[in-house]
Order: sequence, then C-alpha cells, then structure tokens
Amino acid sequence: MTVINRIRRSMIFLNTQRAALVKDAFVYKPDCVILDLEDAVAAGEKDSARIQLYQTLKNVDYQGVERWVRVNALDSDLINEDIRAAVAGGIDGIRLPKTETAAEIQAVAKKIEAAEKEFGKKVGSTMMMAAIESPLGIMNAYEIATADKSRMMGIALSAGDFTRTMHAKRTVAGTELFVARSQLLMAARAAGIMAFDTVYTDTDNEPGFKKELQLIKDMGFDGKSCINPKQIGVTHEVFNPTVQEIAHAEHILEAVQNSKDNGVGVLTVDGKMVDIAWVEGSQRTLKLAKAAGIYKGALV
Amino acid sequence: MINQVGRDIPDVYLKDGVEPFQGIYYRDDYEYTKAAPTVHAYVKPNGDKLVDSIHDVLIKSGLKDGMTISFHHHLRDGDFVVNLVMKEIHKLGIKNLTVCASSLGRAHNYLVPCIEDGTVTGISTSGIRDEIGEVISAGKLKHPAIIRSHGGRARAIEDGSVKIDVAFIGASTSDAYGNASGKGGQSDTGVLSYADGDAKYADKVVIITDKIVAAPNFPASIKGVDVDYVVKVDSIGDASKIASGALRLTKDTRELNMAKEVAKCMYHSGYFKNGFTFQTGAGGSSLATTSFLKAYMAKDNIKCGWAMGGITEPIVNLFNEGFVNKVLDDQAFDLAAVASAHTKGHFEISASQYANPFNKGAFVNQLNFVILGALEVDTAFNVNVVQGSNGVLRGAPGGHPDTAAGADVSIIVAPLIRSRMPTVRDRVTSVTTPGESIDIVVTDYGVAVNPKRQDLLKAFADTDIPLKTIEELRDLAYQYAGKPEPVEFDDQVVALVEYRDGTIIDVIRKPKRLNYSQKALDKF
Repeated sequence: MTVINRIRRSMIFLNTQRAALVKDAFVYKPDCVILDLEDAVAAGEKDSARIQLYQTLKNVDYQGVERWVRVNALDSDLINEDIRAAVAGGIDGIRLPKTETAAEIQAVAKKIEAAEKEFGKKVGSTMMMAAIESPLGIMNAYEIATADKSRMMGIALSAGDFTRTMHAKRTVAGTELFVARSQLLMAARAAGIMAFDTVYTDTDNEPGFKKELQLIKDMGFDGKSCINPKQIGVTHEVFNPTVQEIAHAEHILEAVQNSKDNGVGVLTVDGKMVDIAWVEGSQRTLKLAKAAGIYKGALV
Repeated sequence: MINQVGRDIPDVYLKDGVEPFQGIYYRDDYEYTKAAPTVHAYVKPNGDKLVDSIHDVLIKSGLKDGMTISFHHHLRDGDFVVNLVMKEIHKLGIKNLTVCASSLGRAHNYLVPCIEDGTVTGISTSGIRDEIGEVISAGKLKHPAIIRSHGGRARAIEDGSVKIDVAFIGASTSDAYGNASGKGGQSDTGVLSYADGDAKYADKVVIITDKIVAAPNFPASIKGVDVDYVVKVDSIGDASKIASGALRLTKDTRELNMAKEVAKCMYHSGYFKNGFTFQTGAGGSSLATTSFLKAYMAKDNIKCGWAMGGITEPIVNLFNEGFVNKVLDDQAFDLAAVASAHTKGHFEISASQYANPFNKGAFVNQLNFVILGALEVDTAFNVNVVQGSNGVLRGAPGGHPDTAAGADVSIIVAPLIRSRMPTVRDRVTSVTTPGESIDIVVTDYGVAVNPKRQDLLKAFADTDIPLKTIEELRDLAYQYAGKPEPVEFDDQVVALVEYRDGTIIDVIRKPKRLNYSQKALDKF
C-alpha cells in the first residue's frame, strides 16, 4: 500500500505555466497543490508548462504540501510526456481527468509504472486519483475507485462537464449534483479511499462558498478542490472540527473507555445516547483536529 | 567615520556639530536653545493680508538668491502649489534656493528643471520619488539632498538646523487674515500638520488658497498671527489626487495572510490591552491589519485608546464603531479621513507633536504598536525605505524612524521577494531606520523577531506564529531570488540620510551607469 493517509481538506489548482505562482504556492498553506497541465494551460504552452512542472518539482521545497499533477486526458497525445515529466520530477500523485472506466485507470497506472522504472523510482510509489466528470464515470465510480488498490488515493467530482452532459444547470442549492455527489462518495467509502468535491467558481462569493463547504462536509467529503488561494483558509475553517466537536469527541472516547471498564454498553454523553459505534467517528474527528494542528491531546 | 550601523560617513559632512549616528536614544536629554524667526509686527490695522498674485507675494516677501523656502505635502499627488511658486521664482531668475519640503513626489516634478539650472541647489525632504528621485540620484543637485523623517524635519526647524526664510503654505481655506484650514474648500486636505512648524518658525509666511472665507476661519490649523500674506489662486490642487476615494482593501491572499500574522503578533505581544495605541500605514497589508485587529478587539472586548498617523477610512470606521476612542491625525489619506478630521474625538496634531524627538515628548513615544513597510531589511534588522535596490531614490522615511524608535513593538510587514529582488538580505542598500528600533519582521514566508526582544519570542513561543530567524528568511529569499550583486556606486554623495535626532545614519551615492535621460526636462 503506497497511498499515504493524511489530511487533504484543500487541493488547489495551480496553472503550471505561471512560474510566479508555482514557485512558492506553499505560502498559502494548502494541504495539496494540483499543478495543472490540462485545461489551465494554453494549447501552445503545453511543452513549456511541462518543463516548468519538472523544474518546480526538482527545485522548490513545498514544505510538506502534497504535490499532485493534473495530466492531460488519456486520449490526448500529451499524457505520456506529462507522466514522464511528473514522475521524473518526483511528483506525489497523478490526477487523471475525464475518467470513465476502470480500464483507463489501469492504462495510466501502466504508464506510471513504466516511468517509475525509467527514472529509477520505486514502482508503486506514485499515487493516483481520478476526476469523474461524466454520467458514465459516476455510474462506474466504484469500479474506478477500486481499479488499482495500491495507487488510488481518491476520486473527485468535476461538475463543469458533468452538468453539461446531464443537460443540467448549476444551482446554488446544488440539487443537480446531489446524486452524483452521493454516488461518488458512496463509491469512495466502499473502496476505502478519499472523496473530493468539485471547484466553486464564484471566487468573490465567500458566503456561498462556505455554504457549499458545509454541505459537502456534512455529506462526508474529505476535501474540496480550490481555484483561488483565498478559498484555502475558508475551506480549512469549515473542515476543521469545531471546539465543541473536539470536546464532544473527547467526552465520548473517555466515557466509552470508562464504561468498558465498568461493563456498560450504552451510555449518555453531553445529553446524547452513545454506544461503541460512535468511537470511530470520534477518533476521526480528533485525528483530523490533530492533523490540522488544533488538537494537542493524547486520545488519538 | 563608521557610524553605529556600520555605515561610512565621509568626514566632510561631519562638521558644524553634525555627528554620525550613535544609537537611537543617543541624544536623550539633549539641551539646546530653540530657534526663533525674525518677524515684522502688524501694529497698524491694515484690513487684510491679501496679495494679488504669487509674483507679487514673492516681491513683497523679499525672497532672494540663497534663501530657504518651504512647502508641505498635504496636497499629495494633486499639489499645484509647489509648481505654481517655482514657476514664478523661475521667471524672476532667483537662484541658489534651498527647498525645505515635508515630502516631494510626482506632483512636484517642476523642481527638475529648477535643479538643472541652479534655481534650486539644496533640498531637504522626507520623500524623494519619481523624476526628482532620478535627477538627485544622478547627482544634478549642487548640494547633497538631506532626507529627513517627519519628526526629524520638525526637530530641524525647531532647533535651528534649518532656517526657513519664506514658507509657502497651501491651504484649503483661509480668511483674509491668514487663519487657514484643511477643510471647507474645493481641495480639502483635512489637516495641515506638517505646516505647523513652518508657520511658527519661518521669517515670512505666505498662505496660498483657492477659497477665501469669512473670518474667523476656525478651527484654524495655521493661525493668522503667524501669517504675513494670503494669496488666492484659481486652484491649489487636483482634488481627485489629494484625497482618494476609499483606498482599495486588498484581496490578495498573500497580503491578507501577512496582515493576519501582524494582527496575531500584536494580540500575543503582551501589549494588547484596553487603551492600547497604534499606528498603521496605508499599504495593502498594513491597511488590512485593521480588520483582523478588529476581530481580536471584539473577541476580548478590548478598545484602542488612540490610533495615530496618516489616517485612512478603515481607522475612521473603527473610530465610528467605537473600537478606537480617539484619532490623532497628522495626514488624511482619503475622503473619509478628510471628512472625519476635526469632528469630536478626531484631533489634528502637528508634525512636532507627532514625532519630533527634541520636544518634551512626542506622541510616538506613547505608541504601543506601529506597523511599517520596507523596501529592504537586513539581518541586523536595519530597514531601507528610501532607496530602490537599483540605487535610485524612490521612497520616503515619513514617520518610519520616528515611530519605530517610539513604539513598544515596531512591526515591519513586507513580502520576502519583490519581483526577483530579495527584501530580506545581508545588508540594506542604505539605512533609513536602524535595526535597534525594529522588533518584528512579518513576511509571507515567516516571521522573524529581533533577538533583543526575548520577551516577544517568549510570548510567541506557544502560538502558531510561524517563527523563523532573520537569517533563515534571508536564506529563503536568496534560495528563490539568488543573492543580489551589490549595486556599484560612484564616489559622489547625492543625499545624506539624517536620523531623526540630526545625526547622519547613512549617505547615498550616485549609482554607476545611471541612465538619466532628458525626458523629464523635455516636458517643461
């Protein structure tokens, strides 16, 4: 298993063409960056962006921020070189856009393996994630999520193409995405990998962004794709457990431990009935809080 | 002679009592006799002091070769006064003048031909920017310019280092007897703080206004008892460039993140208590600090005793919302500040009250916090805000050295790298503010605390403030931008940087191969 378990609340897209942006985007303190070679890069700049990607990976210390690359689509003639440059540079993971089938993941995994061998990297050391952007992809989400158990870190919804092909309209409430989000999330959880929500494009609308973050957090997503540095802080703020959530989780773990010692199965914590099934959620809350640097206790 | 910040000051400039910089409190308790102007009494009731034109007032004032004239900079980039006066002086053929300005910028570029032809041979100012910066850097001014902080200028006037023969004071309104104000006209500046010393210490005082109002024009920033003549002109300035509309609050995440760290440093410093005092500038991160500060104040129910300085809309808003009890205003940066000036609790203070180290205690001495910018900071925490990294003059100390010396906690906020120039480096191109008076440097890559402030390091230890040493910040800057080659200079000294107490902290030489063109001259 090469997939690294870590906090991934925010994954920010960076246009790899822009040297000034990629040279130090870690100052914005995202959990992950996605160095984009696909849609953000002009058709005539693909080669220079790829060179920029390699130099950035080689020369910039991202100070613990996880580095992903969004390569061009599998049916493009660019993906082979994209993968070679990324693996040669020592990328943490590769995000495949427009994924519709498990076979595509396996095809990309082969290319990655070839590059790992070519550049002397440990085979299997490069993670993968899939962006699902179409109804077919959503229908196949579980197969995609389980297509390569050693590399697949997560799956992400990409709503732009999805709503277009669904003949749907983006709404504030997100009704048009509800099924897709639910199914993607269920596939990820069934496969035991992470789930990420689509970007929020109205970058000046912080209240709207916060509302969407709260929705996807409540649904169970692990994080969100961001397109502007100013979205990072807000994303972390919403995804971080609140002081009350942390306290409640601590109370549960302590109470369950005490009751176990006393041979009691069901108990009341902070006025709510609690049993052993709550332990995992509470541990997850405290682990997230610890990774976010807001919990210093010793219960996890 | 090498001074206390390691700068070589040529002996030729160390005469007539001028000393090299020897520490920020070297002249504490200094004893001196204040200067006094030679004035003419107005015993006979003359009716009014109105004079028809600038030409006529130049004749009446007795201005002649070799004298010193003064201007203030409250009209900022919209100023017409300096150029109106200099053009008339030019016509009269008066030469060899020294201009003592509180600051100079792009509105004052008519000084360029005056420098070229010897009309002006000496300048003392805070700001030297734009084409004036280029012409002085190129060594065209006969005598080295003297760069003075706002407090330093007030001191120099009061201790007699500068003797102003004729002060020209642009004012938004004046009555016929010279009671002048920054409010009520078509070109409002709100306050006239920097002209206060000029009016009290110059031999001749001329008010230039575009609106005469009925007497008494109270509250008067400049008192008629100090004024010799009043001239009405069509316009003293371009209102749109004097006080801008609301300064744009930054949306740049990098600047906002730095502002957040500044506010966090203030919060954890130990000085963030009810009644605390602060000053902040008008730069992106400085301005944004106010909103983060407000959140801390609301959280802990803390009120600011007074905020001082160049006043901006965010400060006025904090004042109106009750977060700031009083405003001490020496310069209005925007329309909100102009409108608020002289309303209840928003007081005008003079440059001397603000920052003069030689009076009996300026307000800077009572500052808890000041937030300042920097072009360069070195590993000894020395700051340069005057000279670009190419060696050309392009900035202003303003109140930088004054507030840094006075405040309990002085915070520099600046990006680690500008374009490809490292801000934090081994050695600043020239020293404006000595590191002895700088406590914290906040950058987008981390926060460095001056090791002499162990109290702050202790206070920040258990916080998430991203502490680094100043050397670590320098190394990061060099890692990304490379170590800059030192700029090469000729021997010619083009400007002296005077510390606020009158000692010389640095000299600025002419950069080698400075490509100064005639384009500036061609316009006139």
